[in-house]
Amino acid sequence: MKGKGLALLLLLPFALFWVAFQLAPLLWIAINSFWSDMNESWGLDNYSDILTSPFYLQAFRLSLDISIWSSIYGLLIALVAGYSLHQMGSGRFQRFLMSFTNMTSNFAGVPLAFAFVILLGLNGCLTLLLRHYNLLESFKLFSRDGMVIVYTWFQIPLGILLLYPAFDGLRQDWQESAALLGASRWRYWWHIGLPILFPALLGTFVILLANALGAYATIYALTTGNFNVVPVRIAALVSGDISLDPNTGGALAMLLVLLMAVITVVQQYLVRRSYLNAKPS
Amino acid sequence: MSRVEKFYHRLIVWLLLVILAAPLLATLLYALSSDWSNTILPQGYTLKWFFELWSDSRFLTALGHSLLICFGALLFSLVLVLPAMFVIAYYFPKLDSVMNVLILMPFAVPPVVSSVGLLQLYSSSPLMLTGTPWILIGCYFTIALPFIYRAISNNMQAINLKELIDAAHLLGASTWQAALFVVLPNLRKGVFIAVLLSFSFLIGEFVFANLLVGTRYETLQVYLYNMRNGSGHFTSALVISYFVVVLLVTWLANALNPERG
Repeated sequence: MKGKGLALLLLLPFALFWVAFQLAPLLWIAINSFWSDMNESWGLDNYSDILTSPFYLQAFRLSLDISIWSSIYGLLIALVAGYSLHQMGSGRFQRFLMSFTNMTSNFAGVPLAFAFVILLGLNGCLTLLLRHYNLLESFKLFSRDGMVIVYTWFQIPLGILLLYPAFDGLRQDWQESAALLGASRWRYWWHIGLPILFPALLGTFVILLANALGAYATIYALTTGNFNVVPVRIAALVSGDISLDPNTGGALAMLLVLLMAVITVVQQYLVRRSYLNAKPS
Repeated sequence: MSRVEKFYHRLIVWLLLVILAAPLLATLLYALSSDWSNTILPQGYTLKWFFELWSDSRFLTALGHSLLICFGALLFSLVLVLPAMFVIAYYFPKLDSVMNVLILMPFAVPPVVSSVGLLQLYSSSPLMLTGTPWILIGCYFTIALPFIYRAISNNMQAINLKELIDAAHLLGASTWQAALFVVLPNLRKGVFIAVLLSFSFLIGEFVFANLLVGTRYETLQVYLYNMRNGSGHFTSALVISYFVVVLLVTWLANALNPERG
């Protein structure tokens, strides 16, 4: 076809900008993370600095802690709420809730941080309410628990949106058949429902985890960068006032991406195994 | 479904609504209250924070910047993506699987990671882009790509692109004429949804805006962040105003999306 050459030319601007703003920055970090400013040499110095520094290791630990727990809580709530939402059929209320969920999934970062300060901050209205009824002695939004709550909140809508299509895979008659055969509700979920949803649950969990691990705006706005998690450390190293060291920042960023890659590989492995197990032997 | 079951599902869904709406309702209440410290409910209600906000020139400038960058980035993305997608769908269908991997990259690489490289690459001549809005347009193109690509590729599958062009050929049109006058108008719905979906995502973007440009071209999110030490009522009015804009846009996108409707 004679148009093909010309057509290829039309792909060029797209490819060019994609490389310039997506691929090149990543490659640049990858390469420069091996250059140490302090020792003026190539090598693994930045990486070994990070992996031997208690400060950076704490950042990784805190990041993982907050991300894993908020993903678990978010997934559980999304599972229960998403299922109920799905069972309600497609009425007006259900449609409204779906678009509300959709909308809140875009409500993150700085505005979310502000909203939570008003709700759960030192003089937040929920804090005051709970303290009024003596249900809560001292709750600190700017602590690890506070961060888990805020993160969980923004995981819920994303979890529901990702899990929702998977509920189509649960056929009503399976539940009825199980009931006819004498299975209780719990048995149905344990032996049929959850195994069917397993790949979707695992996939959603990984996306939630990646979402939380990379989240920067919310935690930065809430704690003005005083909370020691990996994204905050990366940003401080490239644009901070005190500790400017972009190459170490790059190494930290590469480690974060590596962490996400490892999680994804594990997920793929588990999903494949679950398919193998599902086959009759 | 039994009545107990129905009641249970309703209860759960209402709980969900309460949980998701709580931070927003609290913010709305705070924005509307004249004075509120140490009591469960506000002591009085007023609209003055909203008036104050909407007459603040710095806020209006930031809003203008945000709108300009978002729509600028979306227009730019469409100019890049539409021809590329058409060429792939018509000439190189095999490239589609490559594209599906490419558009996942913004999810795998968080903005805070990309910005490390962007800061170093574009901080010196010849491409002195950091600190200018231009770099945001480039970044926003990459992070909006997954949304734009998905929406438009769904639309492209729905319209039978190949047959449409063959029909246009039979009637004597060249491929370019067919693409421009037959395919493009048929894609308007997908394009519209893509723009609305990515708009609400882009206007909420903070990381790139703050790290790469900051106050040199203040966007809405950066302004919001810089106002953090001001009056809580004022920032609440700001959060609510921002949310209403996003609400209108996402509602419009949902109303127009045939798959969800």
